[in-house]
Amino acid sequence: MLTVFLIVFPMFMFLLLVGMKHSRPKLLSLVGAVIEFGVSVYAWLNFQTIADRQFAFDASWISGLGMRLAVGLDGISLPLVLLTTTLVPLIILSASDKNFNRPSLFYGLVLLMQSALIGVFTSFDVLLFYIFWELALIPIYLICLIWGNEKEGKITIKFFIYTLAGSLVMLVGIIYVFMSARPGLNQGFDMETFLTLGRSLNPREQGLVFWAMFIAFAIKMPVFPFHTWQPSTYTSAPTQGTMLLSGIMLKMGIYGVIRWLIPLVPAGVAEWGTVALVLSVIGIVYASVIALVQNHMKMLVAYSSIAHVGLISAGVFTQSVIGIQGAMIQMFSHGLVVFGLFYIIDIIQSKAGSAEFKDLGGIRNVAPKFTTAFVIIMLGSVALPLTSGFVGEFLLINSLVQYQVWIGAIAGLTIILGAVYMLVAFQRAMSGEAQPFTAHFSDLSTLEKSVLYPIVILIVLIGVYPAPLMSVSEPTVTALVNSLSDLTSSLRP
Amino acid sequence: MVAAAIIPLLPLLGFLLVSLNVNRLSKTVAATIACGVMLVAFLAAAVTFFTMGESIEISLFTWIKAGTFTSSFGFLIDPLSIIFVLVITGVGFLIHVYSIGYMHDDEGQNRFFSYLNLFVFFMLLLVMGKNYLIVFVGWEGVGLCSYLLIGFWFKNQEYNSAANKAFIMNRIGDLGMLVGIILIFIYFGSIEYSDVLNSSSAAPITLITFLLFIGAMGKSAQIPLYTWLPDAMAGPTPVSALIHAATMVTAGIYMVARNHTLYLASPLTMEIVMIVGLATAILAATIAVAQNDIKKVLAYSTVSQLGLIFVALGLGAFTAGIFHVVTHAFFKALLFLGAGSIIHALGGEQDLRKMGGLRKYLPITFITFLFGVLAISGIPPFAGFFSKDEILAAAFAHSKVIWALAVFASLLTSFYMFRLFFLAFFGNERAGEHAMSHIHESPKSITIPLTVLAILSVTGGFLNVPGALGGNHMMERFLEPVFSRGWLTEGATHANANEEILLMIIIVALTLAVITFAWLTYVKKSTVPDEPDQTTGLTRLLAHKYYVDELYNFIVVKPLYLISKLFYNVVELLGIDGIVNGLGKGVVYGSRGLRFFQDGSIGYYLFVMVISIIVILSVTLW
Repeated sequence: MLTVFLIVFPMFMFLLLVGMKHSRPKLLSLVGAVIEFGVSVYAWLNFQTIADRQFAFDASWISGLGMRLAVGLDGISLPLVLLTTTLVPLIILSASDKNFNRPSLFYGLVLLMQSALIGVFTSFDVLLFYIFWELALIPIYLICLIWGNEKEGKITIKFFIYTLAGSLVMLVGIIYVFMSARPGLNQGFDMETFLTLGRSLNPREQGLVFWAMFIAFAIKMPVFPFHTWQPSTYTSAPTQGTMLLSGIMLKMGIYGVIRWLIPLVPAGVAEWGTVALVLSVIGIVYASVIALVQNHMKMLVAYSSIAHVGLISAGVFTQSVIGIQGAMIQMFSHGLVVFGLFYIIDIIQSKAGSAEFKDLGGIRNVAPKFTTAFVIIMLGSVALPLTSGFVGEFLLINSLVQYQVWIGAIAGLTIILGAVYMLVAFQRAMSGEAQPFTAHFSDLSTLEKSVLYPIVILIVLIGVYPAPLMSVSEPTVTALVNSLSDLTSSLRP
Repeated sequence: MVAAAIIPLLPLLGFLLVSLNVNRLSKTVAATIACGVMLVAFLAAAVTFFTMGESIEISLFTWIKAGTFTSSFGFLIDPLSIIFVLVITGVGFLIHVYSIGYMHDDEGQNRFFSYLNLFVFFMLLLVMGKNYLIVFVGWEGVGLCSYLLIGFWFKNQEYNSAANKAFIMNRIGDLGMLVGIILIFIYFGSIEYSDVLNSSSAAPITLITFLLFIGAMGKSAQIPLYTWLPDAMAGPTPVSALIHAATMVTAGIYMVARNHTLYLASPLTMEIVMIVGLATAILAATIAVAQNDIKKVLAYSTVSQLGLIFVALGLGAFTAGIFHVVTHAFFKALLFLGAGSIIHALGGEQDLRKMGGLRKYLPITFITFLFGVLAISGIPPFAGFFSKDEILAAAFAHSKVIWALAVFASLLTSFYMFRLFFLAFFGNERAGEHAMSHIHESPKSITIPLTVLAILSVTGGFLNVPGALGGNHMMERFLEPVFSRGWLTEGATHANANEEILLMIIIVALTLAVITFAWLTYVKKSTVPDEPDQTTGLTRLLAHKYYVDELYNFIVVKPLYLISKLFYNVVELLGIDGIVNGLGKGVVYGSRGLRFFQDGSIGYYLFVMVISIIVILSVTLW
């Protein structure tokens, strides 16, 4: 029931906010998000580090279709749920000095988004997963459209159509698996039944399903070359929307690959996984190189995010414990880091009036605390050891070197290129003599500290001692990888 | 053995105390904390040194675990690491004390001390780590501190660019090292030293050792990754002494020495290490001859000396290499701190051409600096003589050509060091009136560390007096437990005693000749070097450092940005996004086209219906 609460409570808060027109929507939504966080921490503390689903709820829903309301937390769900419940209160807090139009609707939609995201991460029925997957698109679309900074909404429409198109292809894939059930097999959408259906398909069919689902996930992450909706959307969305998109929503794609794609069509992954892996690695280098010449800080972080996600995706497709564990911890770390970076940019934008490098410089002279926070988050981004970024990046590169030495080495270029674009960006924005825009930059306010310091502390804490987080997912990931290798060995003649 | 575990934690504590209260602490309190933790760390290291057995291993906790991969967080203290620990904490403490005087007027003094403490913490992790990943933590951590300290005066964008260059060049090396570590994990199934160094495995040793050596090239500034170190002189002078001369840049040497069993298993990598070291030693020494910035001369000298140490490692003379690391730490720290004292006295002047005649005004700096110069030139009985002799003897035993080239590099060293010395302390007073009116000997916090290091520069050599001179190879015996495995026998690396003494006499005589030449040029004839752009031929080439920075800019930096622009403007915006938008437009235009067929006119629908029926019927009935 705890999982159901985690999904339903934010949705209830959404209805409360929108329906009641509460006079203090910021406070109400923050309280809701903090309660949600508390409940998720309770789940974490009481989570047994075994492979099984816990806090599960399972009830028949549409029995004719074999569709169930099956939710729960296992080692792959929990870290992402924790990421969501950690970031959402901070996202709400980060907006508290902003005065949005229709604040009830804004904060309500953020919480609705949270509900959908947690639904995605906890569903153990593929149709339920799909419903939450699509549900998540609606609040973020509205947030970008209503509170974004573009006039015609073209960028938001492009984002919406692009991701929706991907999702529909996934739906086709899901229905295809359901319809092509071999005689003697139960039809159903709950995870166990559905995975059995998928694995019974012949390799050619599995290849088709692979692409149908991979494209949806690849657009969401996004993986090269399905990424072009992302930089412009990140730039035009309101900062809180960008935080939701980059901090949490893109993990839906990676999560989808781990939870639904790899176990569903092992033969398809065996045939096409290398292509996906190589695309991801190309994306690492390609996006890192492009990040070098960006003039706007948001664009730079957007491209750096594509590079980092490419590494995560590549590591997942090695289908090894090290790679997937690396992906799990790196998803968490990336969420923290990218949230922090976008907040840093938001502060610069609101205090200096611009986030373009040509207008910036010299902030360091007047804002030492802000600088320190920026430096630590940047170090997380460039994966310096003892920050959270290193643990994941090391494991991911490790898995790729094991997969193929040269692919690993090319993916590893991220540690050089990442340092190049981040350090140059930092230098241009923060160092040198103060510019007209930045001369009166004030240092961190109490509010800004209350958002940034937790992020900074978590980045260091996880970097020094990642075990509490990694041990959560270890048994589930190991079980997943073992089931795959059993499967491939049974396929061999 | 708790003392051993607290050695690295002390500077970490100092860092946390100072950095978290950077504005609250007075300058005196911050400096006291920073120096205090260093002193205690040094004492703890000394206690450990005298009480340790063969080695101590301490595991604190499991750091990263995923699948078959495990890395614990812990320390290994054996003779090799304790030597480094003593140098880092000892020389580090002296430089901390020196910084009290040197940074006193700087508004960022507290921040400076917090960075220095953090640096020492990471450096200690590097030499005390019990497995490759902990070493890598230290390895990257010292790179971070180097970055922070080179760009310490961050209003100057040139300094920031130098800091970026240092970090990025080091990261190139770090990638090599990281892949090397991962390959070690793949082939040995572990990254613990205790598992890897004593096992034989069918691993691609040459590839692994070479990848690790790429890391060493970055950190220890060897060809082709050396150009960051001279630029790193942008940092405050104590930083140049501690990080960019005495400790951090020796990390690559530590790493090769630590992995000597792997390196000995790959003769090819050993050759590469030797050749890269030799080439770097000569290249940097020739550049140093034509530099006029006092810190740049010392920086190239450091690069050159590190090259010489790599020659020793490549020849298998590991003890000789480590010995030279120790003596070099003493005299190079001394030289940098002496240079800092000069710069301090002249109000920030670093150009040798604007010094001259300083011996009258800075007597303590003058005497101590002379000790440093004599030590680096290898004049007996100063420290550099013994350690350099060890390396040259090993080279002679290996090949006369390598020996001759190494001697050439040493003679160049004597020349440019005495050139620097004479230009600064002798001849006419060329500093401006303003600088001369303020000139003063430095305060005690500066002169005391100079004096201590000067004493060490004399006595340091007696740590390992060669057998040929009746010495007992103290350090070699101490390091024996580490290097015994696969250690080349005495005879293979050393010429016989008489030959060795003869070689010593030849080298000392040549050195004295070179010094005389420098004296004739810069004192007798009072030559002052020209502007680089007014020189011609070879001098100009050397003054411009062989144009290597320009070359790198041309073959790496520019193309990278060009590719970046090409990717962004052509592939990204026109190509990929063009296709995506094209698809969208295609749907829009397509639907506009389809709209013609549903324009609401009944007559048109009837017409289409009739035609369709005819077509369908005719097709079916065919």
